[in-house]
Amino acid sequence: MKIVVCIKQVPDTTEVRLDPKTGTLIRDGVPSIINPDDKSGLEAALKLKDEIGAEVTVLTMGPPQAEKALREALAMGADKAILLSDRAFAGADTWATSSTLAAALRRLDYDLIIAGRQAIDGDTAQVGPQIAEHLALPQISYVEDLELAGDSLILKRVFEDGYHRIKVKMPCLITTLSEMNSPRYMSVGGVFDAYREKEIINWTLKDIEVDTANIGLKGSPTKVNKSFTKGAKSAGQVYELEPKDAAKIIVDKLKEKFII
Amino acid sequence: MSIAEYKGVFVFVEQREGEIQRVSLELIGKGREIADKLGESVTAVILGNNIVNKTNTLIHYGADEVLYVDDEALAIYMTEPYTKALTQVINEKKPEIFLIGATAIGRDLAPRVSARVHTGLTADCTSLDIDDETRNLLMTRPAFGGNIMATIICPDHRPQMSTVRPGVMPLFEKDENREGNIEEVNVKFSKEDMNVEILEVVKEVKQKINIEEANVLVSGGRGIGKPESFEMLKELASGLDGQVSASRAVVDAGWIDRDHQVGQTGKTVRPDLYVACGISGAIQHLAGMEESEFIVAINKDAGAPIFEVADLGIVGDVSKVVPALIEELAAAKASK
Repeated sequence: MKIVVCIKQVPDTTEVRLDPKTGTLIRDGVPSIINPDDKSGLEAALKLKDEIGAEVTVLTMGPPQAEKALREALAMGADKAILLSDRAFAGADTWATSSTLAAALRRLDYDLIIAGRQAIDGDTAQVGPQIAEHLALPQISYVEDLELAGDSLILKRVFEDGYHRIKVKMPCLITTLSEMNSPRYMSVGGVFDAYREKEIINWTLKDIEVDTANIGLKGSPTKVNKSFTKGAKSAGQVYELEPKDAAKIIVDKLKEKFII
Repeated sequence: MSIAEYKGVFVFVEQREGEIQRVSLELIGKGREIADKLGESVTAVILGNNIVNKTNTLIHYGADEVLYVDDEALAIYMTEPYTKALTQVINEKKPEIFLIGATAIGRDLAPRVSARVHTGLTADCTSLDIDDETRNLLMTRPAFGGNIMATIICPDHRPQMSTVRPGVMPLFEKDENREGNIEEVNVKFSKEDMNVEILEVVKEVKQKINIEEANVLVSGGRGIGKPESFEMLKELASGLDGQVSASRAVVDAGWIDRDHQVGQTGKTVRPDLYVACGISGAIQHLAGMEESEFIVAINKDAGAPIFEVADLGIVGDVSKVVPALIEELAAAKASK
């Protein structure tokens, strides 16, 4: 069985802070990590490697420094790693990103493609399903549990109000939730292999077959019109009073606003 | 693509077991506002099996027209049949704008459709508007966990597609006298479209708390001191006909169930009244609740960021102020 896991290197957004004076993001010193939903997808693939000897390839599209995320994936146990990097891919929205990744995937053998449900920097959850469409594969998103059943998978697909158990024949694409598992740590031997033994395969625009009208900024139907940090809403009145007096003020205000 | 051919605001109406999801009605309301600006109409698109009787409600909530596809293949949500139906609607009707609720269904369906019809899609928007000059849809969404807002446009492709976060758009006032056109769209489904097999449909038995639908929320954070203090907040909430919600910190600490969490990976709420008790106001929390109509904050620390968004702030100990407030409320009610 051959599995390709699509991963993204992201800034650890839980470490991003706002400058209280200027209201801008402080990105300096924010560590880069493998996106959590993707890492759980990788763990699911590595479990299949442990159980049935599946071959696991990790694929990422990003700047050259995304190599670090691939090395980490190799150190966790992935067999092969591909870095898809070219200036022509820059500025892509989800449509152009998925069309680029789909072109790379067409060059690979796979029974199963795994992508994390969404990345914590963009939160779109769109690239996985869009890749599936470009490759005409069935997709199951929001997967929390996975079980192999011959040439099919049985998946737990989560909704807000419950879940479906779904059977799907491979090849297919699934998107995974970080709730699915706890990804393993890199092993010492794994780290050694990742840096000494295993190679990162570098692919550029020349290595894939794709219409350049469908990649990068130019191939992106959506454009960022503007971005801004949310200005804080102006503060109201603040009182420091005895509890009873404070309670009176609140109740008066709620009456005035017709809430009570 | 000649974008001038594309007209009208379309809304995907999500139903689960015949129950129309609230976000779809919110989007019909928002679609109404946008269509009025453009001088165009609102079309609600509902897919399912035996759903014809749901169509009038959609008119009452602001739609001018309803398109429905009624087929066994659409009884339970499955990506491919739903994608096929929406793609056919888009190709035949050529909408200018297509809005879809950003639910676990909408966020599976919308990207698949946008890839098939080759148009842009903006995820999980919290604000929509029309650019007066270009007439483009301005789709604003949070990124970096709500730290940055970005306004996205889709200038050269149609429809302009967006998934919209539940709970952020107000409902259009229901008018049972509104009338509109109702039309069936026939879609041919084949065996190949049913490319997955649903073995089991499980409704989570635990009582889901839907804080997004509450008009009043009494919310607790670390500053309430201990899990038992939620009892006191529940008492206050019931006095205000509201519900209890919570910050991420206390949810992570296991003081209360995750369904109650406001903010990133939790929920965005905009009740009429939000009472923040012992919540300092992390960025993610503020992003999840600052659209509330009226915000009361009670916190010991006068420097807590929550006071920057509060309409009324009380610097004090939650364990003293809340009981006093419960008493004062009861007295106010008794004197009515």
